[in-house]
Amino acid sequence: MSTPVSHIDNTSVPKRSSFKVGDHVSVAVLIREGSGKDKDKTRIQNFIGDVIAIKGQGAGKAFTVRRVVQGEGVERVFPYGSPLVKEIEILRRGDVRRAKLYDLRTKSGKAARISEKVGGARELADIAAAETKARKAEEKAAAEAVAAEKVAAEAAAAAEAEKVAAGTADE
Amino acid sequence: MNTLIGKKRGMTQVWQEDGTRVSVTVLDLGPNTVTAVKTVDRDGYDAVQLGFEEVRAKVKSKPELGQFKKAGIDTPLRHLREVRTVDSGLSVGDQVTADTVFEIGKRVDVVGTSKGKGFAGTIKRHGFARGPSTHGSQNVRGPGSIGMCKYPGRVIKGKRMAGRMGSDRVTVRGLEVVRIDTDNNQLLVKGPVPGANGSLVIVKTSLKEGGK
Repeated sequence: MSTPVSHIDNTSVPKRSSFKVGDHVSVAVLIREGSGKDKDKTRIQNFIGDVIAIKGQGAGKAFTVRRVVQGEGVERVFPYGSPLVKEIEILRRGDVRRAKLYDLRTKSGKAARISEKVGGARELADIAAAETKARKAEEKAAAEAVAAEKVAAEAAAAAEAEKVAAGTADE
Repeated sequence: MNTLIGKKRGMTQVWQEDGTRVSVTVLDLGPNTVTAVKTVDRDGYDAVQLGFEEVRAKVKSKPELGQFKKAGIDTPLRHLREVRTVDSGLSVGDQVTADTVFEIGKRVDVVGTSKGKGFAGTIKRHGFARGPSTHGSQNVRGPGSIGMCKYPGRVIKGKRMAGRMGSDRVTVRGLEVVRIDTDNNQLLVKGPVPGANGSLVIVKTSLKEGGK
């Protein structure tokens, strides 16, 4: 949805992988631990589970991830735009026909399974391949840039040396 | 220069590095165009007249168009406001952008026109207490007693009563500048600003920053 302030939201909210409700995801969250001297100590914690709801849009967008730990259902609501949410990796595409999977809360065991989307694995593989390609291209570009800079620096140094040599010759 | 005129665009939230979210109001600031410069010698006081929001010539009256023509400004502007300033160094036709006037992290005062509430009762308008709604009470939202007895025999002037509420000029002081969007000439200030989206606002560097 476009609002008078969408362009601000777009700059504020980071780009995320295109997960949907029903997907099995791993959410990497930055956790600040330690106090006093170790105040800046942080680590990444992964929360793995099924996306059961995506709510809101723009800066207020949020999604709920549900998992079952030792028979006990655990749900976490993550703000979509939070910089503390480092990465959302899609582990499996789910095949669902609801926008909100709140009925999973009352189900357990086999009934609480989400079937995998046909072709979902291939889709994920394609996305991963595209990402690797993009990253490699980026790395290559970066390496080239560094090399070009080096060449330029050498050329500049050579020119400088020549100038110095010319200066001494003049004397 | 310490003041610009603009428009309230709307509110949203912005994420900070540390994971906190800040509610912000997006203010459209133009850019502002200098449409006149007043001097002590000629006008008796120093000021700059700022114009904001380009409009079709049809929107403006003939006398106003004449003023723009005389000032050499091609596109007429919807809003004009004067800002008292000495030695601004500005001349007619100059564009003033948000990033030249405001600074991230500094505070600003914002003047707007509050949303109109229509004819409002004393509870909404002045924060009077309600009466009991049950046990035979007939005094639910009434104002209560408005005076004394035979003496003074009249209602005191200024007695708070029901009436038109809102549409007032309201100033909010000390709002922090969260971001300046130079591409769109927009200012993001922390917290709400009086008025409806799209209404005119005047933004000044805050008195709390010691500025005037």
